[in-house]
Amino acid sequence: MKNSSNAPEMQGAQIIVEILKEQGVDTMFGYLGGVVLPIFDKLYDSDIRFITPRHEQGGAHMADAYARCTGKTGVCIATSGPGATNLTTGIANAMMDSVPMVALTGQVRTELIGGDAFQEVDTTGITRPITKHNVIVKDVNNLAEELRQAFYIASTGRPGPVLVDIPVDVSVGTGRLNPPSDIDMPGYKPRVEGHKKQIEAAADAINKSKRPVLYIGGGVIISNASREITDLAEKANIPVTTTLMGMGAFDQNSPLSLDMLGMHGAAYANMAVQNSDLLIAVGSRFDDRVTGQLKRFCPNAKILHVDIDPASISKNVQVHVPVVGDAKLVLPEITELLEYSDRGEWFAQISEWKKAHPFTYDKNATSIKPQYVIEELWNQTKGEATITTGVGQHQMWAAQFYKYKYPRQFITSGGLGTMGFGLPSAIGAQVARPDSTVIDIDGDSSFNMTMTELSTAVMYKLPVKAVVLNNGYMGMVRQWQELFYQRRYSHSHLLNPNFADVAKALGAGGISIEKKDEVQGAIEKMLSYDGPFVLDCRIEPEENVWPMVSPGKALDEMAGLEIFEKMP
Amino acid sequence: MKHVISALVQNKPGVLAHVAGMFAARAFNIDSLAVGRTDDPNLSRMTIVVVGGNEVLEQVRKQLGKIVSVVKIQDFAGRDIVARDLMLINIHCRPEKRAEIQALVSMFEGKVVDIGPKNVMVEISGPESKMEAFIDACRHYGIKATARTGTIAMPRYRKGEKN
Repeated sequence: MKNSSNAPEMQGAQIIVEILKEQGVDTMFGYLGGVVLPIFDKLYDSDIRFITPRHEQGGAHMADAYARCTGKTGVCIATSGPGATNLTTGIANAMMDSVPMVALTGQVRTELIGGDAFQEVDTTGITRPITKHNVIVKDVNNLAEELRQAFYIASTGRPGPVLVDIPVDVSVGTGRLNPPSDIDMPGYKPRVEGHKKQIEAAADAINKSKRPVLYIGGGVIISNASREITDLAEKANIPVTTTLMGMGAFDQNSPLSLDMLGMHGAAYANMAVQNSDLLIAVGSRFDDRVTGQLKRFCPNAKILHVDIDPASISKNVQVHVPVVGDAKLVLPEITELLEYSDRGEWFAQISEWKKAHPFTYDKNATSIKPQYVIEELWNQTKGEATITTGVGQHQMWAAQFYKYKYPRQFITSGGLGTMGFGLPSAIGAQVARPDSTVIDIDGDSSFNMTMTELSTAVMYKLPVKAVVLNNGYMGMVRQWQELFYQRRYSHSHLLNPNFADVAKALGAGGISIEKKDEVQGAIEKMLSYDGPFVLDCRIEPEENVWPMVSPGKALDEMAGLEIFEKMP
Repeated sequence: MKHVISALVQNKPGVLAHVAGMFAARAFNIDSLAVGRTDDPNLSRMTIVVVGGNEVLEQVRKQLGKIVSVVKIQDFAGRDIVARDLMLINIHCRPEKRAEIQALVSMFEGKVVDIGPKNVMVEISGPESKMEAFIDACRHYGIKATARTGTIAMPRYRKGEKN
């Protein structure tokens, strides 16, 4: 690489810190270890805010949530060997949900690599399939350029995690900090502008359709195209359903909103999609949790797909009208060419479905219904809180019963389905939004996985709230065992600690409740508590998430609709 | 259906692992993968033979394109290509059979590159079907070992065609 002779010379670790500052990094998350000591020593003198989690996985999830909340690139750091392997879940999570992240790992000395040295692992080998790009930097003079490229790759095109592995001799070696130059990577040229012909074809297909549905995903949020999608939907009068990752990209209070679709999506969303004549997918990737059985997905619809990643087009379903580009640039060009249509029959049909099958639950029960807890959270926070979740039943209820107004308001692990994401991601979100109410809606088994991070929240005075919907089970697993394994609850039962006592032991506040009439007061208490707080709700143990598209079924073959009908 | 894809990649450590790993992770079926440096020392060319339908081919191409170290991808579907495979084959051969085997090698336009007391090593190149035919023709002598490069390919450039 080029070496300009008048560039300042400094230690590799200092180059790393200089590049972090140059890239606008003001906050990072990470855990110490032998081979990253030189970097930490230089961070000591910098004004980058640093958060140390209790486990590297927590740090990666915090960086991930920080990135999702701010739109900036999240940065995490770990040492070699076990530090690096502990990061991998967080990296894979960021990969599946296209989160911009730069992960720095230390590595053993260059001359020891390959010799099974202490705390050595082939980090680039391990993380190759779960990163957008990764690299080991063996020459201190390449450090600046590789790091700049890492930030560029992580945040452009379809974002994703980039890992830079840095041997300790590179961190302590001396090299030049070359000034930034234009990034020129022959194999990396993300396409952001849409092709004119494709845009015209898309507009034409929309104008000709009678029963269109917009199916929008996390890509709309990543591209900051929430305004643009709303303009399109309103101009052409098209109902909008969002994926789990897309929640908040379209205001759920809008009359055009069909809420979430998919396995535990709204019946009306699934029926609308299945009966559409044109499915307009934007920034969504036809995940199997969305489509149900692929062969019977959207049987009479043309598929239009707007995505920045050409590989997402026709990956799972055959697309009839592809548009490759950044939604923020492409959508206004399509909208420009659209005409209004009242679609009277279509909306009449949708409104019938909405009336017949709303999300609901037994409101007369005396036990604590998880859906009620979430509705009450929504009421008391006026729909303004930042919500994070773990993975499982509670995550689906959080998607069904909290109505999201804004993009980046709902932070959840979509693609990878990472249990334990809830609390660390709430911490990352709270770091990003110091003045917001951040609530982790969690399940007991997800919470068990990473609850030690409560002491991180306590240490850094981050007032996150965790609402644990505690049913003593791995709830979603139990639901599947009930439905598909004849109620043989093999190892899905948990003996939990008293989470409120755990919270207190770790320096946070906490209460446990068991009765429905305690919910309101407990939430009030939690929201007014000055500091991190755990609300342990002992919910109805065998409550299920309905409706449900069972594996192998078509999207509109939903179980559980009859349960809604029986309810008041 | 076999498809031949050619990928120009950066000549850096880990790139082969990345490409091969992507094929394995996405369950694409590789028939052969041949790699060698090009005239530009910064670039290598991978010739990949993939089995699958057109949708598979399209995904392979797109997923290859996502790898940052992959510079350019050419898909030879529908093009007139020259495809070659190089094989070294070691055949059992007592001295009295040498002439017979030499005649066979000549018919296939191969070359005897080594002779031992009980064997001959033959170099042979050409399309894959020719390799198979030669192996079949030699089988009754007894084959000790074969080593093959896998297919490498290039399109014939016709007037007015883009390369």
